[in-house]
Amino acid sequence: MKVTFPHMGTMWVPVKTLLEELGMDVVIPPPSTKRTLSLGTRFAPEFICMPLKINLGNFIEAAEKGADTIVMAGGVGPCRFGYYSRLEKEILDDLGYSMEMIIIEPPEKHFIELVHKLGKLKKCSPLKALSAVRLGWLKCCVADNIEKKVEKVRAREKNPGSADTVFNRALEKLDYVRTRKDVLDVQKEVLEELDSLVSETSRQIIRIAVVGEIYTVLEPFVNHNLERHLGRMGAETHRSLYLSSWVNDHILNGFFDIEGTEEACKLASPYLNHMVGGHGRETVGSTVLYARQGFDGVIQIAPLTCGPEIVAEAILPEVSQRERIPIMTIYVDEQSGEAGLLTRLEAFVDMIYRSKQNSKKLTAVKGL
Amino acid sequence: MAFADLGIDVGSVSTNIVLIDKNNELLDKIYIRTKGQPIQALQQGLVEIYQRNRDVEIRSVGTTGSARYLAGVIAGSDAVKNEITAHAVAALEEVPGTQTVIEIGGQDSKIIILRDNTVADFAMNTVCAAGTGSFLDQQAARLNLPIEEFGALALKAKNPVRIAGRCSVFAESDMIHKQQMGHNLADIVAGLCEALVRNYLSNVGKGKEILAPVVFQGGVAANKGMREALSKALNTDIVVPKYFDVMGAIGAALLARDAVKQRGTRTNFRGFSFCSTEFNVKSFECTSCANRCEVVELKTLAAVLARWGDRCGKWSEMPVDGLCKQAQKQTQQTG
Repeated sequence: MKVTFPHMGTMWVPVKTLLEELGMDVVIPPPSTKRTLSLGTRFAPEFICMPLKINLGNFIEAAEKGADTIVMAGGVGPCRFGYYSRLEKEILDDLGYSMEMIIIEPPEKHFIELVHKLGKLKKCSPLKALSAVRLGWLKCCVADNIEKKVEKVRAREKNPGSADTVFNRALEKLDYVRTRKDVLDVQKEVLEELDSLVSETSRQIIRIAVVGEIYTVLEPFVNHNLERHLGRMGAETHRSLYLSSWVNDHILNGFFDIEGTEEACKLASPYLNHMVGGHGRETVGSTVLYARQGFDGVIQIAPLTCGPEIVAEAILPEVSQRERIPIMTIYVDEQSGEAGLLTRLEAFVDMIYRSKQNSKKLTAVKGL
Repeated sequence: MAFADLGIDVGSVSTNIVLIDKNNELLDKIYIRTKGQPIQALQQGLVEIYQRNRDVEIRSVGTTGSARYLAGVIAGSDAVKNEITAHAVAALEEVPGTQTVIEIGGQDSKIIILRDNTVADFAMNTVCAAGTGSFLDQQAARLNLPIEEFGALALKAKNPVRIAGRCSVFAESDMIHKQQMGHNLADIVAGLCEALVRNYLSNVGKGKEILAPVVFQGGVAANKGMREALSKALNTDIVVPKYFDVMGAIGAALLARDAVKQRGTRTNFRGFSFCSTEFNVKSFECTSCANRCEVVELKTLAAVLARWGDRCGKWSEMPVDGLCKQAQKQTQQTG
């Protein structure tokens, strides 16, 4: 059995470790590229949202490398994602790829269910399964900690692009190490290296939050390296969603006390009092939270036709007005071009700089 | 010798160049078709500017428009700015207190919302060119009507017909249908203007609070029929600035002047002599990964000036030859 899974940002690092620690043979799909997208677009329904198209492309490319089993997340609630795994299986069957699909549904009561399920997957003791989950979880948190630092360093680095080089190397190192101590050592080493990239001269930095649908927020291939572009323009970024917080909120049922979306959900009221599927409520609530934390702007990003985010988009103008924060919405699909996105990002960043300049709120800062 | 600031706007349809003096008076302007050849258009335009203004010394250069980076590298720009900022700055200069800028150009359209003399919100058309200058151009040609007379004819309409304006292809079939029914030309042309305005307001202007003074600029603002339709739809007066067709370039010039002043150094302008320099653009497909990015390389006979078009930064971050480094660095900073 050769098992694979879809890409989503840095997710491949912890998931690969988790599956390998359980004793499975893992095939990572090649990094998502235009080829991945064209394969997916060719075989997926035209009006389905973009993540499914990339998933499908990932699976086909993994199959080409010999994968025969897919581990895919399931879901509940009014978002098409819950239906992805079934639909993808149907399409792959039709195409003649006979791949097994293992669907991980969110646990109903406690994340121990997950450990049991994983143990059954590859007949191993619950103890071994638990230790695999722990190591995977640690890597997931470390990858996010490093990326959060990168989001700050990008706007302040001496040599443009250096933070991303260190980041990519860090992910490879993180993938390689297999003990908790080594993982923590990598974290320490990389965070220090990132610190050393920061320019000595003071700069005018603005802070922009990225909110929206999880896949487009986390996957740089889909959002055209949104955060890298913003960083280059002197904007430090922060996301409403990180993989660790999603796993903690949805799979571990909030077991750990880390940055999550609980507060955002509360703050969504009175603008939006119900869950609308996906991350619609989190998008609205996070925007309120960021406005109150003094961020300078919010960018909402989602795949075209994303129901939950369309609901959120309709509510955001009201939030923008009352909480006094500029918001821009970006939809992406396989037709999106980078030039149009860049012009909009530049205009958005410019708008914030100039308005801060006019109100004399723009000050230069040194260091992180 | 007089000093002046040079503003360059290289768009998909037209290339506009302006010269403004220190009192923001326009000294000269040029509006030529880009015809898919931005470098040639830019060089040709600058030669004309030079021939007509030999006694002027250029103090700063700004570029905007979809080819702003290319133009910036070639001319040696002090400020490379996106169209939103450039148009907003120019509108504020011409009409102080502006709260809304409506810009309709050849293939794009945008709305800029300003409050307290700062941009507060903006939007650009995303996928569809219905409601832009190209479509009006095309329909005028089909009706055998010089585009200059299009607007005046629309004003003569007594009962503008209703035309489906959501899609330019369907708008055309609907117009033909109305012609076959026997409606007069003035009513059809006026109906088309109204349809384009409806389309603009519901696509680009959706959800935006449009407050007066409303400034209408871009090539399409020349069309009296469009001005009238816009004014009717918004129920307010529309201000069309004197140099509505080159506002982007004016904004670029104003921004460049500020940039040079702030930096406290001389301009990066390469001088008019570069108009005779031969620039070569080469594009190749990078085969490092399956993205197969189309990388563009801009060079003179002597040196590589810049590379762009890659997703990963492998080419665009690669150092370029000596004398051009500074220009590229400048472009990145201001961009």
